[in-house]
Amino acid sequence: MARYVVNRLAQAIMLLVIVSGIGFAILHLAPGGPLSQFAASAQMTQEDLDRVTSQLGLDRPLPIQYLDWFGRMVRGDWGKSYRDGEAVLAVISSHLGATLELMATATIIAVLLGCWIGILGALRRYSLFDTLATVGAMIALSIPTFWFGLVTIYVFSVKLGWLPAGNRETVGDGSFLDLMHHLIAPALVLALVETAMWGRFMRSSMLEVINQDYIRTARAKGLPEWRILTVHALRNALLPMITVAGLQFPTLLGGALVAETVFTWPGMGRLFLDSIGYRDYPVVMGILMFSAAMVLIGSLLADILYAVVDPRIRVG
Amino acid sequence: MADDTGKLGVPALGIPNRRQFFQLGAGAAAGWTLSGSAFAQAERPANPPDKPRGQVIAALSQEPTVFHPLMPGIEVDQGIWWQVFSPLWFIEPDGKFVPDLAREVPTIENGGLSADGLTWKIKLRNDVKWHDGTPFTAEDVKFSLELINNPGFRARSRVGHSLVKDITVVAPDEIHWRMEAPYSPYMSILASFTFIVPKHILEKVSDPNASPFHNAPVGTGPFRWAERVPGDHILLNAHAGYHGKGPYVERVVFKYIPDLTVLYTQFRTGQVDYTGLQGILPNFVQEAKTLKGRKIFVSSTSSVEHIAPNLEFGPFADRAVREALYLGINKQAIIDALYYGLPTQTESFVPQQAWSFQQGLPQHKYDPAKANALLDAAGWVRGSGGIREKGGVKLEFANSTTAGSAVREQCQQLLIQDWRAIGAAMRVNNMPAAVIWGDFWQQSKFNSVIVGVNFMLGSDPDVTPRFGSGAIPAKGGRGYNTYQYQNAEADRLLSQGAKQFDLVQRKATYGELQKLIRNDLAILPLFQGFIAEGIKEGLQGFRPNINMSINSWNMREWYWA
Repeated sequence: MARYVVNRLAQAIMLLVIVSGIGFAILHLAPGGPLSQFAASAQMTQEDLDRVTSQLGLDRPLPIQYLDWFGRMVRGDWGKSYRDGEAVLAVISSHLGATLELMATATIIAVLLGCWIGILGALRRYSLFDTLATVGAMIALSIPTFWFGLVTIYVFSVKLGWLPAGNRETVGDGSFLDLMHHLIAPALVLALVETAMWGRFMRSSMLEVINQDYIRTARAKGLPEWRILTVHALRNALLPMITVAGLQFPTLLGGALVAETVFTWPGMGRLFLDSIGYRDYPVVMGILMFSAAMVLIGSLLADILYAVVDPRIRVG
Repeated sequence: MADDTGKLGVPALGIPNRRQFFQLGAGAAAGWTLSGSAFAQAERPANPPDKPRGQVIAALSQEPTVFHPLMPGIEVDQGIWWQVFSPLWFIEPDGKFVPDLAREVPTIENGGLSADGLTWKIKLRNDVKWHDGTPFTAEDVKFSLELINNPGFRARSRVGHSLVKDITVVAPDEIHWRMEAPYSPYMSILASFTFIVPKHILEKVSDPNASPFHNAPVGTGPFRWAERVPGDHILLNAHAGYHGKGPYVERVVFKYIPDLTVLYTQFRTGQVDYTGLQGILPNFVQEAKTLKGRKIFVSSTSSVEHIAPNLEFGPFADRAVREALYLGINKQAIIDALYYGLPTQTESFVPQQAWSFQQGLPQHKYDPAKANALLDAAGWVRGSGGIREKGGVKLEFANSTTAGSAVREQCQQLLIQDWRAIGAAMRVNNMPAAVIWGDFWQQSKFNSVIVGVNFMLGSDPDVTPRFGSGAIPAKGGRGYNTYQYQNAEADRLLSQGAKQFDLVQRKATYGELQKLIRNDLAILPLFQGFIAEGIKEGLQGFRPNINMSINSWNMREWYWA
C-alpha cells in the first residue's frame, strides 16, 4: 500500500512540474502583458511602460523568468501580485474561503439531492419519477450556468425580491443569516449541474448493484427491503462514487467560476478571470498550481480510498 | 457636463481674459468654461448634515487594486485616491483650480509663479493632519515629488515631474522649486493626478514598491482606510479631522461588480446607491430613467471615440483615402442606432467643454458620392469585387478593437457596410484587452483601431505625447503617438504651447493645432465619450467633473437628504 501511495505521489509531483512549465509558457507567450491596461492612460508614456517592465523583471529571457519563479515557488515564495502587491498565497487565501463555502454548500446539496434522486430512480426504474428525473437531468446538464444564474436573479431578486441579486454579504451585517441568505441562489445554481451528475451516476451504480446475485440472495433469504437497500445495496453502490467525488473538483471549480461572476461572489474563480484579464502572471500561476494540486490531491485521495476499500485495485 | 434628460448639450463658451486666467490659478493650462448651471443636480450641497450620517455604496465594474496614488493605476483606482489623499489643488467642474493642501494656487500675480514659469513657490495649509494624526508639512510635498523621480520607485509617470529641480523647504508651510524648462501643463498635472503621500511612513520602508502602506494607505483626504475584502469591496470611513468641507456620510463602500448587466440589476434592486465606472450600459439607459427612486445622469467625458489609422500603413498614408473613409462613415447612424443618441459628434481631440476647444472646425458630412469622387480623382480605381486599387495596393485593411466590446463590434459591422459602398474592404481583427493594448497598439502593429482616448493632461490640451513626432514608440520615441503622425508644424505648435503661460496665446496655439490635425485627419473622430451614471434619489452632491477621470471625485460633498 505504501509503495502504491509513494508511486502515485511521485507521479503527481511530476505532473505538477509539467503543468507549471506548460502553464508558464502559455501564459507568457500569449500576446499582451500586465502593463497593457495602462496603455490608454493619458499619464503613462511608452518610456514609463518600459521602465516599469524592467523594474518588474519582465524584460528578462523567459527561461530565466521561469527558473526564477520556480525556484522561489518551491521555497514557498509564490511572488507578489502585480495588481496590488500582495503575496500570491495571501491573495489566494483571501478568496479561497468564499469559493470553498460555495463549493461545499453546492456539493452537500448535490450529493444529498442527487443520491436521493438516483436511488429512487433506480428503484423505480422507468416510472414517471425516473422519467422526469432523467429529463430533468438532461435539461440541467444542458442549461448554461450563466443563463440559469441570470434567470434566478431575474425571478427571485428582481421580480419576487426574495433573494439578494448578488454579493456574499451585506456590508456591515455579515451575520450567519445574512450569509445564508446570500448563499442560497449561487449555491443552488452551482448545485444544479452537480445534482444532475450525481443523480445519473448514482442511478447507474445502484442499478448495477441491485441486479447482483447477492441482492437476489438477500431477498430470497427474506431480509427486509430497507435492510437490503441500506446495508447491502447502498454501501456497494456508493463505492464508485468515491472516484466521482474525487474527479468532480475541476467541474465544480469551473462552475464556481461562472456562478461567482454572475453573483459577484468574491471567490477564486473570479480572481482567476480577473488575473488573466490583467495578465497578473504570479497570481494566475499561483491559482493554476493550487488548482492542479487540488485536482491531483482529490484524484489521489479517491484512488487511495478506493484501494483501501477494494484491495483488487492495489494488485492491479 | 451632465443632464438628466439624456441628451447632451454644449454650453456657451466664455473665454476668460489673461487676468481672469491667472486668477484661476493658471499660469498654466487650465480651466473649462462650463457654467455651473449646466449641471443638473450639480449644485453644491445645500443642507448637508452637521455630522456624517449614513453610508454610500458605490458600484464599480473594475476592482480598485492600486492604493499608492503615485504608482501605475487605472481610472477606477483614482476613485479611491480622491477619497483617501489630497493634491495641492484640484480642478472644479467649471475649470477653476481650487487650493486643497496649498493655501492658494500659485500664479504670476500672487508671486507663486515667476514670469518665466521657472520658479514655483507654494504656500501650504498648516491645519492639515494625516489620518494617523501626524501634521502635514512641506516635507511631505518634497518627499512626494522626489519619490516620483526616484529611479528605484515604480512611478506611474514622470512627465513634468522630471523637470522639477532644487526643491527647497522654506518653512513647514512653504516649499519652492525650480523647473528645468518652462512647462505650463504642470499646473494641471499637479491638480489632476499628483497626490501627496506621507513622508513619515514611507521614508521608513525599505522597498518603496512594496510596503504595508500599499494595502492600508494613510492620506489627508476626507475618508480614511478601513478594510478591503479582495474581489468584493473596499470600505472607507469618514475622517473626522478633514481639513476641507465634509465628509457628510459616515462611510463609503466601493463594491466591485464586474458584469455591467449584474451591476445594473443590483442598482435596480437597490443594493447599490451609485453606479460608478463604467456606469450603465447605453441599452439600459432609457429603462433606467423610468425607475422609481433613481436618477440617471448622462455626462460627457474627456475621452474621444475615434478610428485610429496607422498612418504608415499602405493606403492610410494617402490623405485622400483618409478623407474618403471619413466621408463614407454614417456617424449619426452609429450614434443613434448603437449608442441610443447619447453621445455628440466631435471633430477635435479636445472636449467641447474645454477652454481650448476650437470652434468652427470643418464638420463631418456623410457623403459617399463625394468620397467616391475623391478616390476616383486620387487614382484609386475599382478592381475585381469592387475593391479599389492604386499602384498594386488594394484599399483593404483590418480594423481592431477590444474583443467582447459589443457596441464597438456592432460599429465595425456598420463600418464594413459604409466603406464597402465606396470600394474599401475592411475586415475585423479583434483581440482581448490585454493583447490589443500591448505591443499591437503600442508598437503600431495595427492597420486601424476603434478606441476611446482621453488626450488631455488633466485639463491641459498639451498632446505632445500623442501627436509629437518624437513620441512614436515604434520609432523609439517617448510617448504614445501610435498613429505615427509626423508634422513639423504640429511639432512647432506643441513646443510653443507647452511654453506659453498666457491663456489667449495658448488658445490660439492649440486652436491652430486642432485645425491642423483635423485637416490632416490624423484620427477619424466619431464622438465625444460619455458615461451614464445612476444614483438613488435623495443622494445629494454628485457633480460630474470632466476634468477628472472619475465622477466620484467629490464624495466628501455627498450626503443623504
